Amino acid sequence: MEIRILAPTGALGAGFRPESLERGVALLPHVIACDAGSTDSGPYYLGTGEPKLSREAVTRDLRLLLKARDTLGVPLIIGSCGTSGRDAGVDLVAGIAREIAAQEGLSFQLALIYADQDPAYLTRCYEQGRIRPLEPAPAIDRSTLTDGHVVGMMGVEPIQAALREGADVVLAGRASDTALFAAVPQVMGADPGLIWHAAKTVECGAACAIPPSADGLFVHLRADHFDVEPLDPDSRLTPHSVAAHTLYENANPYLVTEPSGVLDTTDAVYTALDARRVRVTGAVYRPSDTYTVKLEGSSLVGYQTIAVGGIRDRVVIEQLPTLLPMAQAYFRAKIHDVFQGRVDPDDVDIDYRLYGQDAVLGARDPDRDRTPHELGVLITVTAPTQAIAHAVATFVAHASSHLPIPQYEGLASTVAFPFSPPETDRGPVYRFTLNHVAVPGTPHEMFRTVHEEVTS
Amino acid sequence: MTTLLDLCSLIRSKNAGPFVLTFDFMCRDEHSYRTLRASGLLTPELFADLYGADPARVLIVHHDRAQAVKVSLPRPLRQGDIHDSDSYGGQQYAPLVDLEVPDHRH
Repeated sequence: MEIRILAPTGALGAGFRPESLERGVALLPHVIACDAGSTDSGPYYLGTGEPKLSREAVTRDLRLLLKARDTLGVPLIIGSCGTSGRDAGVDLVAGIAREIAAQEGLSFQLALIYADQDPAYLTRCYEQGRIRPLEPAPAIDRSTLTDGHVVGMMGVEPIQAALREGADVVLAGRASDTALFAAVPQVMGADPGLIWHAAKTVECGAACAIPPSADGLFVHLRADHFDVEPLDPDSRLTPHSVAAHTLYENANPYLVTEPSGVLDTTDAVYTALDARRVRVTGAVYRPSDTYTVKLEGSSLVGYQTIAVGGIRDRVVIEQLPTLLPMAQAYFRAKIHDVFQGRVDPDDVDIDYRLYGQDAVLGARDPDRDRTPHELGVLITVTAPTQAIAHAVATFVAHASSHLPIPQYEGLASTVAFPFSPPETDRGPVYRFTLNHVAVPGTPHEMFRTVHEEVTS
Repeated sequence: MTTLLDLCSLIRSKNAGPFVLTFDFMCRDEHSYRTLRASGLLTPELFADLYGADPARVLIVHHDRAQAVKVSLPRPLRQGDIHDSDSYGGQQYAPLVDLEVPDHRH
């Protein structure tokens, strides 16, 4: 038995070499899969439903993958469409797929699997105690589940159902990255430990290769091992680079939790087959008693306006620890005054980040007592509306450039602003709200699948 | 004097989801890995001090095959929140780079 998996890239739209994909196609995979999203880019994408990568880049990759799939006649599975895996992301990628099909003369059965969660369903789960926190979880209440947007991260089951129902191309909403690669091998009856470990190994494409790149990996999965190799002949894998990939963006490198169980790589063994291919054995998959679906939520915090500036005068830099708190008090009074009490200063956040002193690590920086000779200043105003944020930012930027310096008489100019106007509206800002799982009645009930025949 | 950077070919910090900060200390070779482990430098208390975490919630895993030490802890601020300064968690490792590695205790 041999099951072959083609992982063309770490993320749809990240890119890959066409020659690499051709090489993978020549190896006759049983499935092509990749993901198209992540929470790693922050809460904005889930909050708005907008994608991180450009339509052009996604179209470029998807065109090559749809053509490869057509040549091979095997499933193409793409998960977490549109970065967040929201319904809007699935529809966006589906629109691109239809466009490509028309241009390239491709026909296929398309399945769209939606992962947005209905607030009423989530409320019911919450009341029934079927929403459980993961460590470390923020506190939640009912409103956390109904305000903002929540997606569920699907496992292999909805994808397998779509394939059973005849899909050639599956565009999934939020999905476990590994599930995209595990769905087909599991149906074909491979060993679960090997399946999930192979899936975990290739989920980021050639990120674990030397050198790491936006390109693909190929897996040969057999009865008691899997072999993995990079599709770019100039790139290589080593036992060390493959083993090290289990550490990436993962809290525990040995345990990877999936909806249906846990992959345990503690006893995995990695052996070099040659200078660029690695053989892997020994991981086990432990099915869970309870099926769980991870939830991701993002809700609106407010609207932001920023101003960027710099300070070069040491006299000004030395005064900042006393001047900035004074300025904050002045801004509160000014908000009262300008908005005649219609805006509560507590609803407006005015934040200074001093790049060169404590912007990145802040108060936790062990070196923050070192005196910088030049400081970058990022002023961030967050308020309930964009208009308020902008209005506040205009007087914050203005006042910040005329801080009263005791050593200087007359009106000092204390901040260098590179832009005119100094204020830039950033639009809505969001925050992640959930680190929880739901316990659904079945692996399917949180996801909706729509089939469609795409003809050129 | 041996520093953490002397022993590691890669020191990085990343998010492991929006609520967890994770550090990878990829050692240069088997000897460096053994030295780092034996030194007792990377402790829950060290990370508790630097990142304000509860030491009981700091997970330290030694990965022999990857010759790496992995440390994970609750993120000081959730990723992307309004006062979060490092959305990808990518520069949080900086204070560790030059830490002195104590001599191997025989």
